[in-house]
Amino acid sequence: MYAQMVASQPLKAAEEMSDAERAFQARIDAGEKIEPKEWMPEAYRRTLIRQIGQHAHSEIVGQLPEGNWITRAPSLQRKAILLAKVQDEAGHGLYLYSAAETLGISRDELIEMLHSGAMKYSSIFNYPTLTWADIGAVGWLVDGAAIMNQVPLQKCSYGPYARAMVRICKEESFHQRQGFDLMTKMARGTPEQKAFAQDALNRFWYPSLMMFGPSDKDSVHSAQSMAWKVKINTNDELRQKFVDQTAPQAHYLGLTVPDDKLVWNEEKNGYDFSEPDWREFYEVVAGNGPCNKDRLGARVKAWDDGAWFRDGLMAHARKRAAAKIAAE
Amino acid sequence: MTSNSVSSDRFNYALRLGDNALILSHRLSEWCGHGPALEEDIALTNVALDLIGQAQFWLGLAGELEGAGRSADDLAYKRDAGAFRNALLVERPNGDYGHTLMRQYLFDAWHVEVLAALTASSDPRFAEIAAKAAREVAYHVERSGELVAALGDGTPQSHARMQSALDALWAYAGGLFVGDEIDARLAEQGIAPAAGSLRPEWDRATGAVFAQAGLKPPASAFAHKGGHTEALGHLLAEMQFLPRAYPDAQW
Repeated sequence: MYAQMVASQPLKAAEEMSDAERAFQARIDAGEKIEPKEWMPEAYRRTLIRQIGQHAHSEIVGQLPEGNWITRAPSLQRKAILLAKVQDEAGHGLYLYSAAETLGISRDELIEMLHSGAMKYSSIFNYPTLTWADIGAVGWLVDGAAIMNQVPLQKCSYGPYARAMVRICKEESFHQRQGFDLMTKMARGTPEQKAFAQDALNRFWYPSLMMFGPSDKDSVHSAQSMAWKVKINTNDELRQKFVDQTAPQAHYLGLTVPDDKLVWNEEKNGYDFSEPDWREFYEVVAGNGPCNKDRLGARVKAWDDGAWFRDGLMAHARKRAAAKIAAE
Repeated sequence: MTSNSVSSDRFNYALRLGDNALILSHRLSEWCGHGPALEEDIALTNVALDLIGQAQFWLGLAGELEGAGRSADDLAYKRDAGAFRNALLVERPNGDYGHTLMRQYLFDAWHVEVLAALTASSDPRFAEIAAKAAREVAYHVERSGELVAALGDGTPQSHARMQSALDALWAYAGGLFVGDEIDARLAEQGIAPAAGSLRPEWDRATGAVFAQAGLKPPASAFAHKGGHTEALGHLLAEMQFLPRAYPDAQW
C-alpha cells in the first residue's frame, strides 16, 4: 500500500461523460485491460501517474529504513537475505517507473517531483528502524500491509501496472515470510531478543495501520478510482483484512498487539480494533514524521552525488555513437 | 615441511580469499539504496551478493581446514582486525562512486586471474570453489572494466575523478602481487599461484582498459603490503556489533 491519499477526481456520472468516456468506462466494466497506446481520459492518465509514481517512490525510499541495518546484519545469511530484499525493492522501483513511463512521463521527471515534494511516498518509511527486530517487523507488517493492497491491484484496469503487480506480489510474499521468520527467531530467542521483538511491534503496529490511508468516510476521492478499477478495495476493508490476518500471527509469536481494544467480534467475523492516531498520520504526510527529512535528504544526496556519473556515461555514449557514424 | 604447516597454509590462504570477498562485499553493501542510478544500485548489489556467497564458501573451507569447529560466521563475526587476512585494497573506504568502481576494477582484474589459476589447484576443494566463483567474477570484471573505460572517457569531471581514484588506489592494488612464504609454499605444491606470477597479465588487461579510458597509472611501483589500514577496525565494529553485544543470541 504504497499509494496513500492519491488525489483522484470526483466520480463522473454516465450522463456527464462524453461518448469516448462512456465507451472507455464500458471496457473497464467488462474487465478489459487498458494498454498504453489506447485512448484514455486525461484524468485517468493523471491519476495513474500519481498513483504509480507514488508507489515507485515508496519502493526506493523504502530501501532506506532497511538499508540502515545491512551493514549490521548479524550473520552472513541474514546479510545476504537483507541485501537481496533491498535490491528487490530497487527492482520494483524500476518496474513501476517503467510502468509510469508508458503514461507519458519520464523517470527523471518523476524523481524531480519526489525531490521537490510535489509527489509523496508512503508515510511508513518516515519511521526509524532502531533495532534488528525492526527489520523483521518491516518484513512482517509493512510488506504484509503492502501485499493486502497489491494483490487486488493485479487485477487493476491498467495493463502495465497490473502486470508489474503480479511480479512484485510474488517477491513481496517471499519478503513477508522472511520477515516473519526473522521475527520468530527474535520472539523465541533470548529475553533481550524477545524484548526487541515486542518493542518493534509496539512501534510499527499503528504506522502499519496508517499505510491503508484514512478511513473511507474521510477519503472523498476514492469513488472515481474504484469506478476506473485503479483502486479495488476501500481503505477500511483492507485495514480490517490486515488486522484479521496479523493479530493471530502476533499471538502465535507470543507478542502482544499494543491495542487494549483488540478483540474478536463474532458478529462481524473480524476483529474490533483501535484506529491509529490520524493527527500523527497527517503530520507525517505533511513532512513532520521522525525521518522525513533524513529520508528525502538521502535520496536527494544520492541523486546529486551521482550526477557526474550519469553525465559521464551519457557523454561516453554520445562520443561512441558519433565515432560509429563517422566510421560508416 | 610437516603436514600441519601445509594445512595451516591452506587455512590462511582460504581466509585471505574469504576475507577479501567478505570485506569488499561489506563495502559495496554500504551503497545499497544510495547508488547514482537505480540500475547501478541493483548491479552493484548483485556483485555484493556474489561476494558474500563466495565469502561463505571460502570461510567455510577455512573453518574446515582449521579443524577447530569455527563456522564461516564465527570467522566473520568473532575475529578482531589483526586476525583478518584481506588485501588492503578491499578495506579502503568507498569514497565517491568513481573511487568505488576503480577499487572494484583493480580487484576484479586480479580476482579473475587468481580464480582461474585456482581452478587448476592440486587441492580439489580450492578448485571447486574457484570454478564457481570464477563464473561470477568474469561478469564483475567485464562490468567494472566497461564502467572505468566509459567514465575515464566521459566528461572532464568523470575523467578527473577516475584518475584521482586510480592515483589513490594504485599502491594498494600493488599489494595484491606481493607474496610471502605462505604463497611460496602453496605455489610449490601447485595449490595456489605465486602472487607475483599474476602481475604481467593484470598489467596487460588493466593497461588496455586504462588506454581506452585515457587514464595513466602512477609511475611508482611502491606497494602497500601487510597489516591493515585504520579503516578495517571501524568496518568490523559496525559489522560485528550484534553478535558481539549479544553473544548468546541466535539470529
